[in-house]
Amino acid sequence: MAELLQHLLNGLVLGGTYALLGIGLTLIFGLMNVVNFAHGEFYTLGAYAAFAALALAGAPFFAALLLAIAAGAVLGWLCEITLLRPLRSESIDTTMLVMIGVWIAMQNAELLTWGGVAKSIPHPFPTAPLVLGPVAIAPLRLFVMVLAAGLIAASWLLIQKTKLGRAMRATFQDCDTAALMGVGIGRIHAVTFAFGSGLAAAAGALLGPVFLVYPSMGDLASLKAFSVVILGGLGNLPGATLGGLLLGIAEELGAGYVSSGYRDAIGFVIIILVLLFRPSGLFARQERIA
Amino acid sequence: MTRAGGFILAAGALTLPLWLPSAYHLHVAIMAGIFAVLAMSLNLLLGYTGQLSLGHAAFFGIGAYTSALLTLKLEWSFWPALVVAVALAGAAGFLIGRLALKLRGAYFVLVTISFAGVISLVSINWIELTNGPLGLPGVPAPELGPWSLRAKSAYYYLVLASVGLSYLVCRRLVRSRIGRALVALRENEPLAESVGVDVTHYLVLAAVVSAAMAGLGGVLYAHYTRFVSPEVFLFTYTVTMVIMVVAGGKGTLAGPLVGAVLFTVLPEALRAATSWQWQMLAYGVLLILLVFFLPRGIVPRLNALAASRRAAPAPRA
Repeated sequence: MAELLQHLLNGLVLGGTYALLGIGLTLIFGLMNVVNFAHGEFYTLGAYAAFAALALAGAPFFAALLLAIAAGAVLGWLCEITLLRPLRSESIDTTMLVMIGVWIAMQNAELLTWGGVAKSIPHPFPTAPLVLGPVAIAPLRLFVMVLAAGLIAASWLLIQKTKLGRAMRATFQDCDTAALMGVGIGRIHAVTFAFGSGLAAAAGALLGPVFLVYPSMGDLASLKAFSVVILGGLGNLPGATLGGLLLGIAEELGAGYVSSGYRDAIGFVIIILVLLFRPSGLFARQERIA
Repeated sequence: MTRAGGFILAAGALTLPLWLPSAYHLHVAIMAGIFAVLAMSLNLLLGYTGQLSLGHAAFFGIGAYTSALLTLKLEWSFWPALVVAVALAGAAGFLIGRLALKLRGAYFVLVTISFAGVISLVSINWIELTNGPLGLPGVPAPELGPWSLRAKSAYYYLVLASVGLSYLVCRRLVRSRIGRALVALRENEPLAESVGVDVTHYLVLAAVVSAAMAGLGGVLYAHYTRFVSPEVFLFTYTVTMVIMVVAGGKGTLAGPLVGAVLFTVLPEALRAATSWQWQMLAYGVLLILLVFFLPRGIVPRLNALAASRRAAPAPRA
């Protein structure tokens, strides 16, 4: 029982960051219709930004997280206005090819900048785990879980409660009408992409200190983000949150009780099974934000 | 391409080992041939059905592992192992085709990439069978009757024959009823269906042939490098295939061949100047530039140029 609780807790830590990745991608893939295979590279970028801030500049943890989000958002914004904007009327396959190009280019740029050796990010938290009844959790992991929850709540507030969020929802529901109402469509596309990329970078900055940072870490992150989005349904924000938590827990349980070697297969299997048997996602679409 | 040009090209390819200066150049030619088979296989799906498979490394790897295991563990000879490996890759293509082709576009991509991910994890974790990350060394060189095809020049002809065979299969398929059905599906699926084209049937057929061809590429690769490891599932191989097809011209017969030769020779030529990472970085940038500036690829562009020159009055001397 204690073991099960421990797996569930570890799953929640992992799942919180998967949810961040998934929310970012559900905006980009589900709403903007961009099959963003570079999503994981923004995750990697966030991890390296955190590494640079914490290990090289000795900045505090919060500053590192903010730097990572800013780096992801700025690069995402640049990516949207230079590469995606000119292709907006093209088919989804065309932008997918471009994003595959971005993925390969970014990953190898990271490899050239940082080298192939995995790096560990120093963090200010004590390593002795906190014991809470039957389970134990490292303070860093607890902190990561709380921050992830905070960021998820903030994204939800931004999209549901602010004027910007309303403009985003309007744009992806009915672009022409939104434009007639005075919404700057081009700006909303750029902001949405930047927002999604910033969330991916935040996930990277949060998980980076928990695991190791290496240039190809984004590959699996991309695929996990896709499985979260597909699990939750396209463009479905609560779905992506739940999907992320589910994937995190499923991975921990799978690694704990079945085989740790096949941990990463769970995301793949989810993609295949959900697309084949329940293509609109596990959760009903009533909360779909656009 | 004109008939004379075709003959010159075929003659050049047949006599290549005679006038290439070194074994290294022959090695590049062999790799170009293997990649030509792979690119043609991807083109059948991407070019003619419009569906991008990012799991092609899986079929490549299935072919490579199957024939390596059959020749190493069961001591089969090369040819039956080749047949079984190609058939098994084709069967995997059938499975993926049946399952995934009710999905289109991005979803098809995701299912194929996930399939490749699962297969790759199996190759790493099923250590009793695959020897895990250490891989399988000592894959035997093929033999043809009394002759061993271990020498590079002999292997070159095996690869060349495979390229020729794959090309003929593609041409036969594309220029037949099946090919027209596939193009009709790519261009307008509801319309094609309304005139009685059996969508699933044709798409699955394309997936099977494409996967079998990728499996053939895997067999050729395994018995050439004589070593198979989970690296055959590396995404790099799939990316290279995609670049070759997109750059050469998807949906053309010659495009993948041009792309394969170009993107095997070019990186080798640039290898002294740049590292492998720079090359991959350049591939990424190149893919983006191609989408923007040469969206249909080199071969259609050249054809269009040739056609406009023929149409225009002859330039003044």
